[in-house]
Amino acid sequence: MNALKQSLLALAIAGTFVAGAAHAQVSDNVIKIGVLSDMSSLYTDLAGAGSVLAAKMAVEDSGIEKRGYKVEFASADHQNKPDVGSAIARQWYDTDKVDVIVDVPNSGVALAVSQITKDKGRVFLAVGPGSSDLTGKACSPNTVHWAYDTWMLANGTGTAITKQGGDTWFFITADYAFGQALERDTTAAVTKAGGKVLGGVRAPINNQDFSSFLLQAQSSKAKVIGLANAGGDTTNSIKQAAEFGIVKGGQSLAGLLVFLTDIHALGLNNAQGLIFTETFYWDMNDQTRAFSNRFAPQDKGIHPTMVHAGVYASVLHYLKAVEALKSDDGTKVVAKMKELPTDDPLFGKGSIRVDGRKIHPAYLVEVKKPAESKAPWDYYKIRATIPADQAFRPLADGGCSLVK
Amino acid sequence: MQALFGQLLIGLINGAFYAMLSLGLAVIFGLLNIINFTHGAQYMMGAFVAWLLLNKVHIGDWQLGYWSALVIAPIVVGAVGVIIERTMLSRLYKLDHLYGLLLTFGLALVIQGLFRNEFGSSGLPYQIPSLLQGGVNLGFMFLPIYRAWVIVASLIVCLTTWYVIERTKLGSYLRAATENPALVQAFGINVPRMITLTFGFGVGLAALAGVMAAPIYQVNPLMGADLIIVVFAVVVIGGMGSIMGSILTGFGLGVVEGLTKYFYPEASNTVIFVVMVIVLMFRPAGLFGRER
Repeated sequence: MNALKQSLLALAIAGTFVAGAAHAQVSDNVIKIGVLSDMSSLYTDLAGAGSVLAAKMAVEDSGIEKRGYKVEFASADHQNKPDVGSAIARQWYDTDKVDVIVDVPNSGVALAVSQITKDKGRVFLAVGPGSSDLTGKACSPNTVHWAYDTWMLANGTGTAITKQGGDTWFFITADYAFGQALERDTTAAVTKAGGKVLGGVRAPINNQDFSSFLLQAQSSKAKVIGLANAGGDTTNSIKQAAEFGIVKGGQSLAGLLVFLTDIHALGLNNAQGLIFTETFYWDMNDQTRAFSNRFAPQDKGIHPTMVHAGVYASVLHYLKAVEALKSDDGTKVVAKMKELPTDDPLFGKGSIRVDGRKIHPAYLVEVKKPAESKAPWDYYKIRATIPADQAFRPLADGGCSLVK
Repeated sequence: MQALFGQLLIGLINGAFYAMLSLGLAVIFGLLNIINFTHGAQYMMGAFVAWLLLNKVHIGDWQLGYWSALVIAPIVVGAVGVIIERTMLSRLYKLDHLYGLLLTFGLALVIQGLFRNEFGSSGLPYQIPSLLQGGVNLGFMFLPIYRAWVIVASLIVCLTTWYVIERTKLGSYLRAATENPALVQAFGINVPRMITLTFGFGVGLAALAGVMAAPIYQVNPLMGADLIIVVFAVVVIGGMGSIMGSILTGFGLGVVEGLTKYFYPEASNTVIFVVMVIVLMFRPAGLFGRER
């Protein structure tokens, strides 16, 4: 608490010396953006350095610096550990004068950062984490959740596949909170759409070999095998499913959380035919292509994932709100972000709900066959668009205390 | 019952990897007394060399594929091992085991970090070679041909290694040099060079396992870090330094793990450590180890 008082005092003193007129209320004359991400482990490619790049591109494109505002960046690796992530967030807020934290792939770290942000009255733009609790039970007036969440993934993929005739399911679930939540939400979506779950198996996280589990899935005779896991667990299970002839044998795979970089890592030979839900694909229209053409050369050729796109769009909207408000007071900025309609080149027009959920359409995509892909990173066919008002959990169902 | 056969076979296949990796560790520990924590990183390097050969190296129109990687990767990675042994490890032989362990552990972190920086973390695609694609229906399960190849190749490698070390003249020199280097040297045998080459060979075994793993697991900078702990448990259960012990334990634990995945999947990543605890309680030197 002392540190907070000190920094508030510092802010106040700094504030008195600020000369500019247009941004008199922006603390210490600088908007400081902290990108907290996984810089060294399994989520590095889908977020990581690409998220820092996306945030920088957003600042550049907003043109805010030409209008007299100064923007600074910080970035750090949370190592997927909630204690490490919390310590960084506290230091950033207390001593480094960070105004907004962006990204934070990993729901465990994100839930901790969301709470700290609320206590300190700053802003958290959650893009990388999946847990729908961020805008549900654990919602906060200082957090905006962009890009995707577990409810949306489960509902999008589960409902669409069941309605297309994939009405019997078997789950291979990563045995921890995220995997179990994904299985639970998907089961609900499948049952609601008239399907049936025949069984499932709980695999330990970070498992190398899925052949035992795939064999059980094969003998269950379910039409669809749902992969309620993420990262390396997903790619390993898809790769080995191809090896065991699962798709050739007539069963199909449903990835419940798959990113563009996962498909790149698998190669189309292994990933072809996989169906899942995304909220962004680089090759959707001229604007997304233009963004990707700028992005990829600066991130080792990696084309932007929905997390990168979400970081870009959320920072852009945040800066818009700061300018409109002429202040970077966290709680007020988030309120302003919810008030202003969103409009950016990557997600189009949209809005932010009172619970902090950013609303936009979602897309059911299918991975192309190798023959259909004309260039590197040409991976998806968009099979269906889930309209914005159906893509996310209804406001009333989340249990968020901000919803009255 | 049919499902059980399938799980047994799959356990044996995973056991083949454990056996090959723990064999390399056992050779290095048994003959050199080094606890080689870079083994996982060297396994990963084997897979990456295979990927690089396939994607980046062309000789005219000829593409260096899987088969040439089986030979080239162990040599390349083994050579890196030799350099590490000559420049760093050889200085630590007179000190406690712990120093070697710390050095190799640190090296493993550095190597993994460098690869992650260069290749990212989500892994690289690697196809099963066309000759080994497809599978046969055994009635009780669908057996991919590649997995059958893994089990056969690993058995050949393991048994050859055991034979060379335990039954040939070269092997007897090696074992003698471990017991009493000064005496063996007095007979005119270049012991330091023999030790260097043995280390290179053990590292090469890890790389070979890496090449064989590339088509079925992700080629990923962290692939070895995930596996190395399990493999160390295998070596400890088998008895540090026992060649045949590590081979048998590798296959045996693969089967135990496979059965656990069927009956109680949640415990499948801990069952090996439970076995380790039980074995250490009753036989502290491991199942096949000798008390020193």
